[in-house]
Amino acid sequence: MANYFTDNEDIRFLFNHIDLKELARLQEDDFTRDRGNGDGYAPDDADDAVDNYRRMLEITGQIAGEMIAPNAEQVDREGNTLNPDGTVSLHPLVAENLKRLSQADLMGFTLPRKYGGLNCPSLVYTMATEMVSRADASLMNLFGLQGIAETIYAFADDELKDAVLPRFAYGEVTGAMVLTEPDAGSDLQAVRLRAYQDEEGNWKLNGVKRFITNGCGEILLVLARSEADITDGRGLSLFYTERSEKVRVRHLEEKMGIHGSPTCEMVFDDVPAMLVGERQRGLITYVMALMNGARVGIAAQSLGIAEAACRLARTYAHTRQQFGGPIERLPPVAELVTDMRIDVEAGRALAYETARVCDHENNNLRVLEWGENLAPDEKKRRKKYSRELKRVNGMLTPMAKYYCSEMCIRVADNAIQVLGGSGYMKDYAAERYLRDSRITTIYEGTSQLQVVAAEKGVTSGVFANWIEPHEGKQYDDPELAEMQARLVEARSRIQEAIQFAKSTGGAYLQLSGRKLVDAAIAVMIGHLFLGQAEKNDRKKAVARRFLQRELPVVRMNCEVVCAGDAAPYEQYTLLAGPVPAAD
Amino acid sequence: MAYDSIVLVKQVPDTANVTADAMKEDGTVNRGALPAIFNPEDLHALEAALEVKERFGGTVTAITMGPPKAGEVLRACLFRGADRAILLTDRRAAGSDTLATSYILAQAVKTIGRYDFVFAGRQAIDGDTAQVGPQCAEKLGIPQITYLEEVVSLEGDRVRIRRTIGHGWEGVEARLPILATVIETANESRPPAARRVMRMKHARATVEIEGAVRNGMPDADDAARQAEVKKRAEALQQRGLLIEQWGLDAIGAAPARCGLSGSPTKVHRIQAIVLKKEGHTQVSATEEGVRDMVHELVVDRTLG
Repeated sequence: MANYFTDNEDIRFLFNHIDLKELARLQEDDFTRDRGNGDGYAPDDADDAVDNYRRMLEITGQIAGEMIAPNAEQVDREGNTLNPDGTVSLHPLVAENLKRLSQADLMGFTLPRKYGGLNCPSLVYTMATEMVSRADASLMNLFGLQGIAETIYAFADDELKDAVLPRFAYGEVTGAMVLTEPDAGSDLQAVRLRAYQDEEGNWKLNGVKRFITNGCGEILLVLARSEADITDGRGLSLFYTERSEKVRVRHLEEKMGIHGSPTCEMVFDDVPAMLVGERQRGLITYVMALMNGARVGIAAQSLGIAEAACRLARTYAHTRQQFGGPIERLPPVAELVTDMRIDVEAGRALAYETARVCDHENNNLRVLEWGENLAPDEKKRRKKYSRELKRVNGMLTPMAKYYCSEMCIRVADNAIQVLGGSGYMKDYAAERYLRDSRITTIYEGTSQLQVVAAEKGVTSGVFANWIEPHEGKQYDDPELAEMQARLVEARSRIQEAIQFAKSTGGAYLQLSGRKLVDAAIAVMIGHLFLGQAEKNDRKKAVARRFLQRELPVVRMNCEVVCAGDAAPYEQYTLLAGPVPAAD
Repeated sequence: MAYDSIVLVKQVPDTANVTADAMKEDGTVNRGALPAIFNPEDLHALEAALEVKERFGGTVTAITMGPPKAGEVLRACLFRGADRAILLTDRRAAGSDTLATSYILAQAVKTIGRYDFVFAGRQAIDGDTAQVGPQCAEKLGIPQITYLEEVVSLEGDRVRIRRTIGHGWEGVEARLPILATVIETANESRPPAARRVMRMKHARATVEIEGAVRNGMPDADDAARQAEVKKRAEALQQRGLLIEQWGLDAIGAAPARCGLSGSPTKVHRIQAIVLKKEGHTQVSATEEGVRDMVHELVVDRTLG
């Protein structure tokens, strides 16, 4: 009876290590206000709430381990089906997986109770998402779309919220965020799908969307150009519509991985729609908020894939006999396996910290929203706090998405290496993990875009502010204090590299972004590991090994930056060679 | 038309994960050494009842007989959708064999009164007798349909059921009320529902409250403890979270027919069986090799 929560020592450790009671108090408004008791399932106090979170994760872990994981291979082989009438039939096992999650009330994880949601912090949802992804990465694309309901909750009017959110929470519907178009991928400002008002003032949508995850879902949030004369992002608004005959899926993509997740090309043919929130704020406000949550979701998906791959490799290295013993006794294999495990824990430390800060930000914003009772001083304080958190999250979220997704490809790749020839065959799940992992550095913003966002934080002082309390922390354990000193030293090196890159110019700063962000992330994770190591001896060994491995890389990255070589863009044609002639 | 179901469930030691100290010197089960779990086939019986409720409407009542700790399986039923849960607990019921157990359960079912279905798991993994369900049906004087695989249709008081008979299925029709024992392949048991878990996790039977109070107030006198139990029970009652608790008197059961005195079963002998592999046969990967192997299996009655 596999349970992906109870069998995961690191998630359970973090569940206890991170101050969930604090998040519960934020989430439940200190248990003071009328918190919308649903039909009587509001927690009494912080302990009660944390007990609920643990139970939610146990249920998710049980469903993931017992029900979803055994279906994953068949779902991957068979995929979903596009019907001639432009509808999509989910694979029966995908439908069954969703039914189980709905039966368990897990499709409204973070929604307020008044809509039937569980009102869990997004950190707990992140943990759940990771477990679902470990069982079947492609199912995360459906389970992980709860951000759509959150977006409706955050920005739509009460009428729409009351009508739609309970349907999400009760698992009656799933949704899609309908953003990408053939000519608007990373650059969403170029979206062309047209929104216009008919004579009665009703909105209609016309155009084509591409690469839409779960575009066949019932609820569609569509980014469309409502202002024909404004060509950039300010001309875009967000619309709500439901699946109908006027929305046709004309193509289901054949993908390298995540076969259980339907990726649709959609045609909108004068589809009636409702405006969400205000005109012109579609991309710049709503989609950006939606994306931030979705990015943490991809980080969790990446963690799930990496965890699965890591476990497979660990077991294989232990049982596979060569040269008269298990291959894990061979130092190069031992290095691969330990690197994988440490990488997963590193990513988890960063992603969970990010989700935790997101919870602080979301709850602070929520309090500001119904702020009529707030004293002016309090309001001012919260607004300031809100700006701070926004800056921190503006750095942490892309970092977590970037680091975890890159990490999961590396770990899935190494898992195949540990399994050798067997890993390359379809007999093992290793090749599926690698295929599933590959999308994570691409969708919800490529790694390159994450680096651009994260680099702003690293070079603008947000990184320095984040790191300050960690550097000032007093460790009683001399070993931890020594490691902390090494991290402080590494940070000053990064600071020099930042100064150098900034003084060299904008293009060079962009070129250096990845190296600077990599270096900053390594130091940040180092500090997070030290905090964990205070309570756990194994984590001390993890921290030591992580520093041993990563601090030289930090030095290397800083050295490369400080060398000032701009050849990739200055000598592009020379180095990239000529454009190949057409065949 | 709505149908009311009663589900008989049992908490059992997890015999699937047996450890070295699972059996005591005298050959009886060392319950302390094994985790207590929901008897697996009873989960499928519960699922069958919940499916009837979902398809046709009605209610689901879960009953378990056991020590105070058995309240855990009742909560598991509530978490999955049971409307009502009853804990049958009485010291005089301790040591009951299948005859006494089925008597007590049948008395409880009669006490509930109106019902259309009684569902039970085919058998419990601690005793593996598969007797309690059929014996209950006899005592209730209603049809028993064992090895239920599917409730095929339900119209008025007529139910059609598909049951497994080993190498195939049998379709049977019966007039309600009936008792059905359910096997593992009948359905997939649903997970606990999060909202129900949050709402009902504090549900307790009085006997469980008494245990908690004893542990929590070790130095208090009986009167103080009783007052505390009363206070907590009333608070739960107000929230609809007090699990009903019945003793032998509540169900009109004759004490002589319960517990050890009502249990004619005598354990004659206990044999420790160790399964060993002895030798192996090489089967050549040809038509002929496979045919010979199948023939051999038929002859020694492994197949057929």
